[in-house]
Amino acid sequence: MAVKNKKLNLKDKYQYLTRDMAWEPTYQKKEDIYPDESFEGIKILDWSQWEDPFRLTMDAYWKYQAEKEKKLYAIFDAFAQNNGHQNITDARYVNALKLFLTGVSPLEHAAFQGYSKVGRQFSGAGARVACQMQAIDELRHSQTQQHAMSHYNKHFNGLHDAAYMHDRVWFLSVPKSFFDDARSAGPFEFLTAISFSFEYVLTNLLFVPFMSGAAYNNDMATVTFGFSAQSDEARHMTLGLEVIKFILEQHEDNVPIVQKWIDKWFWRGFRLLSLVSMMMDYMLPKKVMSWAEAWEVYYEQNGGALFKDLERYGIRPPKYEDVANEAKHHLSHQLWTTFYQYSHATNFHTWIPTEEEMDWMSEKYPDTFDKYYRPRYEFLAKEHAEGRRYYNNTLPQLCQVCQVPTLFTEKGDATKLSHRQIEHEGERYHFCSEACCDIFKDEPEKYVQAWLPVHQIYQGNCGGADVETVVQKYYHINIGEDNFEYVGSPDHKRWQFIKGMAPQQKGDDEAAEKPNAA
Amino acid sequence: MSIEIKTDSVEPIRQTYSHIARRFGDKPASRYQEASYDLEAKVNFHYRPQWDSRYELNDERRTAIRMEDWYVVSDPRQFYYGAYVGNRAKMQEAAETSYSFCDKRNLLGRLPEETQKQILRLMVPLRHVELGANMNNSKIAGDATATTVSQMHIYTAMDRLGIGQYLSRIALMMDGTTGKALDESKGYWMDEELWQPMRKLVEDSLVVDDWFELTLLQNVLLDGLMYPLVYHKMDAWFAEQGAEDISMLTEFMRDWQKESLRWINAMMKAVAGESDANRELLQQWIDHWEPRAYEALAPIAQASVGVEALDEARAELSNRLKKFGLQSKGVSA
Repeated sequence: MAVKNKKLNLKDKYQYLTRDMAWEPTYQKKEDIYPDESFEGIKILDWSQWEDPFRLTMDAYWKYQAEKEKKLYAIFDAFAQNNGHQNITDARYVNALKLFLTGVSPLEHAAFQGYSKVGRQFSGAGARVACQMQAIDELRHSQTQQHAMSHYNKHFNGLHDAAYMHDRVWFLSVPKSFFDDARSAGPFEFLTAISFSFEYVLTNLLFVPFMSGAAYNNDMATVTFGFSAQSDEARHMTLGLEVIKFILEQHEDNVPIVQKWIDKWFWRGFRLLSLVSMMMDYMLPKKVMSWAEAWEVYYEQNGGALFKDLERYGIRPPKYEDVANEAKHHLSHQLWTTFYQYSHATNFHTWIPTEEEMDWMSEKYPDTFDKYYRPRYEFLAKEHAEGRRYYNNTLPQLCQVCQVPTLFTEKGDATKLSHRQIEHEGERYHFCSEACCDIFKDEPEKYVQAWLPVHQIYQGNCGGADVETVVQKYYHINIGEDNFEYVGSPDHKRWQFIKGMAPQQKGDDEAAEKPNAA
Repeated sequence: MSIEIKTDSVEPIRQTYSHIARRFGDKPASRYQEASYDLEAKVNFHYRPQWDSRYELNDERRTAIRMEDWYVVSDPRQFYYGAYVGNRAKMQEAAETSYSFCDKRNLLGRLPEETQKQILRLMVPLRHVELGANMNNSKIAGDATATTVSQMHIYTAMDRLGIGQYLSRIALMMDGTTGKALDESKGYWMDEELWQPMRKLVEDSLVVDDWFELTLLQNVLLDGLMYPLVYHKMDAWFAEQGAEDISMLTEFMRDWQKESLRWINAMMKAVAGESDANRELLQQWIDHWEPRAYEALAPIAQASVGVEALDEARAELSNRLKKFGLQSKGVSA
């Protein structure tokens, strides 16, 4: 390692404080101590080539993190004491938090569990230590998010049972199956999925939009969490890049395996992000940027540069990237019009965008919004005005892989639904896209296991046969409080009272009248 | 007289999250409660793990211990992440003062060569045991289901890495940060006869599959003997040889162990108290592992404080276990 009469440099010193504590076992076989390291076919010739993505000893970690936590909790306390929820731009904003707390926070917890696991699975001690630090960071995020939103939960509906809903509610199987997919894979695929594809390539399109949305909409609690988590995220991104480079440098046979994972996880991530796209364009009263702009900056430009950099390892940009790039003009609108129809079965509200908002969309989506989507909102608004707020009472067909309803359209034709199906061992399976179908075909034995919420309802596994029973009893969505249209909802009425626009109504806390279902 | 600031008060519509209210009622909850209860996925998993398809993700059957509700195991320290790092930051600040003081005055370098060698031979190799403990606790954090249980183990995993790093720094202080002393110390761990039963025990622990068996072996039995032996009895033994300065550098470990006993004892009480079946299983595991932990430490005790000191530690552990209705071989003296 180092010349023994010379003072160690920082890199070598850090190695003595981490990987040098490990040793070559002689009493137990290495493959028994690390039984999960080889089944994926990844070849690691020499773990000593692992470059530590950051050099943080535990004493420094405790010190920095404690300072950050101290500041963060001071803000949380001040926020609650001063009823900071009253200062947000508009109560519609809170629906973004509902999506975050039920859709994203449980993933932080799953990440804690996943990184604890890989923090044991690798035989390289340097990689283990980096993964363990991410494990405890993810636990931090899971917990601080509970605390950041605790005050909102006291004043708004839809935030009250996040982890419970995450296990059951139909659209939450999109994020849940995503993370279950990664956690049930081997350790190298887990890191390619989460550290690389998710944290490195896509985090600016997932985590950051929520935090920027919080900043723009005066949500001091959430944005302070975001700032506080920033340096953790930076470490996680560095790990993501190191992981991928290390695997690729170790053996050329790893390249096609990693490429396949990148293709899969790019697409899995892209489908998951469709939920974020509607949050950005529709749920934020004060908008940060459009989904299309975010995709251009953070994926097409930044991702483009990254994949250029990875070219020398024989890695090409993800398959079906062209489909994702084209979809940026449609994604958020297709999602929101779908969720608008299914508001009776979600823990957040939906609404028709205001005139100004529609004008903003026309400007941001000049080729698509007025042509395809504005007419739909005008129609839906008219229906609502005439007392027929539209709810779709049939259950949607879900994609077997990403579990989003098959609502997307074909590339180049926004009037044609994208749908694929195949038969596998006598059963028919449905997909939203060629990409999801490919993912299935590569590992059918995995994806046939998917817990598809709609199938489960029809099979009678969700507490009842009718939607109302499922929603109330099985999902724990309080009918008339958490769900339905925003306008006239208890959240809306309470907000008007806070803003002095309406007197507190008697029975404000009671469920709103159940709107007419179409 | 009191002052009264008028605020525009708004009545909350609920006091806490529904999943917290189901356990504790709809009243203001502590930060520990909101951070620790029912956060993990429990049902409707999509795919079986490829690394162990016998069970689902977050499957309670990953240990043979059965609990009606794992959340009866909770942390008497009420550590959620923020409370945990806050506490450790204070401990490390105290440790840092001692390490800087020792380093600045070269207190270790001034010890007789023979004493330095004893420190490298008898104490510093424990950094490898700490790394084993780090790995084991990380595995447990990944396998345990309830967050109250898994979080205590990831904190412990990181603590053990930290303790391994403190031990390593003792050697780096002796050799002027060249790594020579650590290489020497690692040689004892790998090859010297007196360390081999311990190294074998640690390697054997790394293939234990049942996570509760592993926490029992690691955090209760091995640590239950090792920490009193090394950081109390051996510490006094070093002091007798004029190396009392080493005490400053192991104060963290003593404070840490004293504090850790609180959650470990609480966990053992809850799990052993749950059922006779649990207690019987724990007893079998104790019968298997406690003598091994004793044997692994015996040569180290022999080379330093003497086996009687280890026997005392063994009696202490036996008394602890008795409180949970469990037996181990204390010394019948």
